[in-house]
Amino acid sequence: MPTMQTSQSITQKLANPTRFMDLSGRLLPWITVASAGIIAYAMYLVFFVAPPDYQQGQTVKIMYIHVPSAWLGMMAYALIAISSFGLLVFRHPLADVSAKAAAPIGAAFTLLALLTGSLWGKPMWGTYWVWDARLTSVLLLFFLYLGLMALRSSIEDEALAAKLTAVLALVGVILLPIIKFSVDWWNTLHQPSTGLTTTVHASIRVPLLISAFGFSLLFFAMHMKAMRNEILRRRVKALRMAEVERAQSNSPPGNPSVSGDIRARAAQAGE
Amino acid sequence: MDLGPHALFIVASYAGMVVVLAGLIGWLIADGRRQQRALADLEARGITRRSRAL
Amino acid sequence: MRGAFATFVALVRRDLVLAVREGGALGTALGFFLIVVALMPLGLGPDLNLLSRIASGVLWIALLLAALLSLPRIFEADYEDGALEVMAMGELPMEMVAAAKSLAHWISTGIPLALMAPMLGILLNLDLASAPVLVATMLAGTPAISFLGSIGAALTLKARRGGLLLALLVLPLYIPTLIFGISTVNAASLASDSFWPSFAILVALSLGSAVLGPIAAAAAVKFQIQ
Repeated sequence: MPTMQTSQSITQKLANPTRFMDLSGRLLPWITVASAGIIAYAMYLVFFVAPPDYQQGQTVKIMYIHVPSAWLGMMAYALIAISSFGLLVFRHPLADVSAKAAAPIGAAFTLLALLTGSLWGKPMWGTYWVWDARLTSVLLLFFLYLGLMALRSSIEDEALAAKLTAVLALVGVILLPIIKFSVDWWNTLHQPSTGLTTTVHASIRVPLLISAFGFSLLFFAMHMKAMRNEILRRRVKALRMAEVERAQSNSPPGNPSVSGDIRARAAQAGE
Repeated sequence: MDLGPHALFIVASYAGMVVVLAGLIGWLIADGRRQQRALADLEARGITRRSRAL
Repeated sequence: MRGAFATFVALVRRDLVLAVREGGALGTALGFFLIVVALMPLGLGPDLNLLSRIASGVLWIALLLAALLSLPRIFEADYEDGALEVMAMGELPMEMVAAAKSLAHWISTGIPLALMAPMLGILLNLDLASAPVLVATMLAGTPAISFLGSIGAALTLKARRGGLLLALLVLPLYIPTLIFGISTVNAASLASDSFWPSFAILVALSLGSAVLGPIAAAAAVKFQIQ
């Protein structure tokens, strides 16, 4: 079949799962090693080089994981929205795999942002949870993640679950800025904005950027690994389905022993 | 490397990060192995990928 | 286009008649609204001036939860007996069908709940001077609840544990309406100048959701009735 070699965009090149699998197979080890190295270097800078903040003292060290986690939580949601758009508009075969893979990782980073945010709030504001605009918006982002994962898990038909989750993700991405705006408005009404925005001196900002870069690489490595797992899971499912159908088709209905045995094994293996 | 009066909170948040990320990475690796084992089991039984199923 | 608008109005009237004749959904929503409001003083203590300070907040939150109960009714009945598929093949696009059904839900549930709020406010020692403003904000805000709620109703048509899931999906979307509803009421009682800006944003939220809601709900429904 003459393959008309048009200039395919990167997304079309990656559309074919097998090509994605061998490309990501080669890329994954490099990204993992790179992210581990950069994070290690950032941690070294944070704990041994960066000076304490003149106001907060050493507790500013929490910022080095709090800020990257919040960024990655939001970036993961943007990735899910783009993948959902790719699924609904372009029917890209790997779009749903990417969206489904990104959701738990994004939720984990958002949870981390909340955890470190409240642990940072205790020494700074004296309480574990303060209804500060930023913490509240990250909490609501976490609810959107829970909604995505809950909706996907409560619909049996995988193809339908993918499309409906994509619709929810797009609704969420449209409303996220509006929710953020309304929380900021609500926050300014009730409380002057807290002193979180300390002027960030270069010696503090550099380790933050390095740490953010390291965690972003870690995020991409995990997202790629999750996508690979998802593709394998779907292949296993497809093969099991094929196995059951072949068992039913080539064994005459009158002969229960053979098809029964294969179907039993398939049902037992199918998780 | 003195962590100052609030050392507990710094250590707690870093420990929290390590726990969450280690859990996530561990789950990803375990899930990958489980799928590979299932695939190998199916291949062993002679069900190979004739049709290009995703 | 005369035909399409007439079909739209006919669809809204049909849903209203169904809601009134069936009556149950509105009754449960009002009953739930009453119970949630009555529980608050039992939980927070009978201190009247505390209650009057939080009355509008409690009424708004109770209204959100009460409206949530009747959301599945928007699509479920017609989905189960196939009427939704007939409507999809009809002359109205699915977006207009979703808009009509959400509008009917707002008229049959949102408005009665809003009008009933001041009566329940008495339980919370709501000062009656701010009652008209409260009702105004609720009337302005409840369309967003119905239109955004229709998205959740469409998404959870086939889901197991649909009701619980619906709350998890939809309540985060209600937050802007809740925040601007309450800030309008507070601005009125403090006679501060931020009354009109927050009221305008509240109305804008409802109008915006009247556009976003039907589009998203129609997309979700179309995936499920092919």
